[in-house]
Amino acid sequence: MSALPAVDADYRLPLHRRRKVINAVALMLSLLAMAFGVFWLIWILWDTLFLGVQGLSVAIFTQDTPPPNADTGGLRNAIVGSLVMVLLATAVGTPIGILAGVYLAEYGQRGWLGNVTRFINDTLLSAPSIVIGLFVYTIVVAQMRHFSAMAGIIALALIVIPVVIRTTENMLALIPNSLREAAFALGTPKWIVIRSVTLKAARAGVVTGVLLALARISGETAPLLFTALSNQFFTMNLQQPMANLPVTIFKFAMSPFSNWQQMAWAGVFIITVGVLVLNILARVLFRQRH
Amino acid sequence: MDATLPNSPYAEDARAVQMPEKPPARRSGKLGDLVFLGLTRGAAILTLLLLVGILISLLLGAWPAIREFGLPFLWTAEWDPVQEKFGGLVMIYGTLMTSLIALIIAVPVSFGIALFLTELSPRWLKRPLGTAIELLAAIPSIVYGMWGLLVFAPILSTYVQQPLQRAFGDVPVLGALVSGAPVGIGILSAGIILAIMIIPFIAAVMRDVFEVTPAMLKESAYGVGATTWEVVWRVVLPYTKAGVIGGVMLGLGRALGETMAVTFVIGNFNQLNSLSLFEAANSITSALANEFAEAAPGLHSASLIYLGLVLFLITFVVLAFSKLLLMQLAKGEGSRT
Repeated sequence: MSALPAVDADYRLPLHRRRKVINAVALMLSLLAMAFGVFWLIWILWDTLFLGVQGLSVAIFTQDTPPPNADTGGLRNAIVGSLVMVLLATAVGTPIGILAGVYLAEYGQRGWLGNVTRFINDTLLSAPSIVIGLFVYTIVVAQMRHFSAMAGIIALALIVIPVVIRTTENMLALIPNSLREAAFALGTPKWIVIRSVTLKAARAGVVTGVLLALARISGETAPLLFTALSNQFFTMNLQQPMANLPVTIFKFAMSPFSNWQQMAWAGVFIITVGVLVLNILARVLFRQRH
Repeated sequence: MDATLPNSPYAEDARAVQMPEKPPARRSGKLGDLVFLGLTRGAAILTLLLLVGILISLLLGAWPAIREFGLPFLWTAEWDPVQEKFGGLVMIYGTLMTSLIALIIAVPVSFGIALFLTELSPRWLKRPLGTAIELLAAIPSIVYGMWGLLVFAPILSTYVQQPLQRAFGDVPVLGALVSGAPVGIGILSAGIILAIMIIPFIAAVMRDVFEVTPAMLKESAYGVGATTWEVVWRVVLPYTKAGVIGGVMLGLGRALGETMAVTFVIGNFNQLNSLSLFEAANSITSALANEFAEAAPGLHSASLIYLGLVLFLITFVVLAFSKLLLMQLAKGEGSRT
């Protein structure tokens, strides 16, 4: 009896050691991968914050985009343009997204329309945004024969819709069925149950989705390149090309002029901070309720 | 109830009391239901129409180019707006190559991150690190692109490209791979920036599917003496295979369709003369971003839309495949535990 464990241990030792070494190496690599990921996050955020703050000034918010190599100038027209387009696009896209999300969660759990829509929506969610830009170009810009803020708003709204559909459906699915059944038992029509019970209970989640959609489109550049284009001047006319932060940053950062590049850093800083704040807000809101 | 009512002396009264009250209430409820169902179903159908509309409008827009060049467009490298001769090989190659490099870097790193988050991380670190990875996914691509151009490319050039050129400049194959102007712009830097961008996406999906693995399976493996690595490699990974591949495909879809991160650092130059990783090149998205707004109507813009159509079809297939795999995992979740 006593010999057996000894033989066993001798026999197993190399294998055991090898397994332990492999395990240690793998876990070490995993730790390194984590460090690698966090390293980029910190590096990119640090540069954006550091260089962005350097480019910030009061003039950024009060003056319009300057010509190259000018001493003054800001991003006022681009900031206002971005705000206008992002807010209007959210206002257009949100109701459609919520309605379709309600359909998927409350009516179409099983039918073909629900399944197909769910599938298509998930692919649209990650579809290349530049293709959305091409689509809006062919149906709006090519027909109107000029670039316009309106086309930009439509392009952004088309990106909002899948995001809102996804979160609305997920949030409604979290509502326990007993809540619905209790309301039905009172004889309430289905649409009133949805309006006053389920949607109300899922309100925080739905708002989270809208905030995430807002964050997503505030940084979108590709769909605006050939819809809203850009504009050197301040305008509130939706029929005209409208300045916006992403396209302005693109133009300024690719240019060789140092004042433009510095302004691009300031613009990137504003967008990054805005997007991160929206994301954190969405998270806090969601966590409070669930 | 109905059978007994006519015999009852109060039947008439009962009907008289009930009739005027109930039906109107029901009818307005029914009408509201119908309108609401119509509205929500309409919104769902609108989403479907969006996809169909995108396909049809791209097909119509690209039609002149499809008629002129046909399928050989896909493997012709010439892109000459002056003589109106167009072929998409350079851009398609750029798109596929940058995405491939991005995947080669991002997949192992994302796997490591997911492994760390599910198996190794102390409980108090899990949430902040997970949130950090998710926030990294939320940063707009233009930030990555601009950072890549103004900060990363010069560093890549000084510390990687130039030493490599000094070391391998005269070696036949390797020398060609690292040739090019020492500015750090090209396929490789685009691939790296894309990798940084898609790591959070893939890592988040992998973490989520790893957490689907039933605790009992893992505990049984630990119980027979398996190491953490063996549990992940032999139990968790086989169990979540479909979901992991789905996550990778999702990242690939993002990489293929990404515009700004690539446009900034790829150099936007139509050439396929050398296979150098450091030579300026072009991708479908960067060509669209740079040329489309100024393209002359006619064959030039039709060819660009053709490229967009190709991109849309590729990403659609990749994303649909990813979705199918993830759905397969979700389906197995209930039955296999």
